[in-house]
Amino acid sequence: MKFKTFVKKNKSFCFFAVLAIIIILVAIFAPVVTGGQSPTKGVLRDARLAPGAQHIFGTDNLGRDTFTRVIYGARTSLVATFSLVILIFLIGSVLGVLSGYFGGWVDVLIMRIADMMVSFPGMVFAMAIAGILGASVKNAVIAVALVSWTKYARLARSLVLKIRNRDYVSAAIVTGSKTPYMLVKYMLPNVIPTLVITAATDIGGMMLELAGLSFLGFGAKAPNPEWGLMLNEGRPFITNAPWMMIFPGLAIFIVVVVFNLLGDSLRDILDPRDE
Amino acid sequence: MSTLSGKAILKRLLQIVIVIIGISFLTFLITYLTPGDPVEQMFIATGVIPSQEVVQEIREELGLNRPVLVQYFDWLLNCLHGDFGQSYSLHKPVSILLGQRLWPTLKLSLTSLAFMLIVAVPFGMAQATHKNSFIDYLLRGITSFGVSVPNFWIGLLLMLLFCVKLKLLPVVCSSGDFKSVLLPAITLAFAMSAKYTRQVRTAIVEELNQDYVTGARARGVEEWKILWLNVFPNSLLPLLTMLGLSLGSLLGGTAVVEVIFTYPGMGSLAVNAITSYDYPLVQGYVLWIALIYMVVNLLVDISYNFVDPRMREKR
Repeated sequence: MKFKTFVKKNKSFCFFAVLAIIIILVAIFAPVVTGGQSPTKGVLRDARLAPGAQHIFGTDNLGRDTFTRVIYGARTSLVATFSLVILIFLIGSVLGVLSGYFGGWVDVLIMRIADMMVSFPGMVFAMAIAGILGASVKNAVIAVALVSWTKYARLARSLVLKIRNRDYVSAAIVTGSKTPYMLVKYMLPNVIPTLVITAATDIGGMMLELAGLSFLGFGAKAPNPEWGLMLNEGRPFITNAPWMMIFPGLAIFIVVVVFNLLGDSLRDILDPRDE
Repeated sequence: MSTLSGKAILKRLLQIVIVIIGISFLTFLITYLTPGDPVEQMFIATGVIPSQEVVQEIREELGLNRPVLVQYFDWLLNCLHGDFGQSYSLHKPVSILLGQRLWPTLKLSLTSLAFMLIVAVPFGMAQATHKNSFIDYLLRGITSFGVSVPNFWIGLLLMLLFCVKLKLLPVVCSSGDFKSVLLPAITLAFAMSAKYTRQVRTAIVEELNQDYVTGARARGVEEWKILWLNVFPNSLLPLLTMLGLSLGSLLGGTAVVEVIFTYPGMGSLAVNAITSYDYPLVQGYVLWIALIYMVVNLLVDISYNFVDPRMREKR
């Protein structure tokens, strides 16, 4: 009964949640969805076939089925994006909570670094880092994380500062609560809801950043099926085989739309401040 | 909000210097800490496997064998003299290479900002004045799709349509005339205008809720006069701030778009520099972009003094 009323109340959230789950399931069961085709092995004889009954999205210049590669690309994209969001969530919330709770030089140090990162176009820096570290999905994730954690740290810090000097917090400290206990039981629960909303609304944007890095050649490496990389591989064949870039782009677009709208509707549920 | 007096501007300038030093040191440190040796990479890029002696000799020549801090401060001092070093891959001074590409990138950024404003301001205004109407919902839907489109995909689709199918525009936009700026600028403006439309809407809605609007309406002032002579000028301030901040993502985005359209800007130069391990050029690029971004945002803050009469009176 409770579940039914929740669904009725939050139709758009449930709708996008279902879509997101479908996308995740498609990624997990990629071999089943694609009927056991290999995303990396192609038949050169079948290179650049137009979309048809055999290959509904056509084939690429190496004769690989574009549909299979797009489906497998969801794995790369989702895994990279989720690890990125979790990473910045962890780094940001831990540093932000420490910074707000302890104050003093810890605060100064962390916040000066954060200030520095904020007053600077992050993606330019991420591009340079990802490129210098060498092209791989892992390095792209590290690069974007390095420039994105500051937003979470600032948010966490400001939330901690709001309650840091409340009476109930002082009371807990006076009655002998240890510092780790204070951090985990008092500070974190206060910080996490807002940060979860931020993380949920950031998923789409992060996915775009990572795909952009891969597109430039600073992320996933061939023959790995990754949407940004596939777009880049399709670029030279834009005249003869435009499907090579149309479908991976469409995949990014659809997945990002779903996660963006899911994030927005989650924010509407948890944070009714807007309007 | 505080006024920007001479003192405050000086403080901001100092802050810019500190950030520049910090950012450049970080970039330097990362280039130093990466496993790949730049000299070896340079050879591998040309397809030659060098002997150990040759690598050592070139390292000595480039000064790469000195301690990292010495290298860094040496580089920084030279930068202050306007010498950003020599590019490894193009064998020319970095400042000349970047200088040649500066104007094309600025031209591209400014054109796309203009396109974005042409779209975002009327749309955002329409949404705000017809809040919760059909137009509002329609545009809200469009903008949420707009922010989710990867700009490199839009770029390729536009290219497919206008250059390959309709043959209206050149595929390679390297000439630098208006025709070659057009598609890259539209591509960049696309996602940005979706974001900005939302911000315009929020800013105008907030302003429309002010008491003076109710007052003006009660006095029978025409709606268009309230909108364009009172509300719009008043919401300029937050919009200007957001414009300055959006320059950050714009400068990052130019790299992708410049690569797609082989547009001769700083971004495409930097991408090539990164792939060929041309560290002095990468350093120079990061430094220049940081400088442009922060100076523009400082100018935005200074411009408050002119845009907002309240700030002038307070001084």
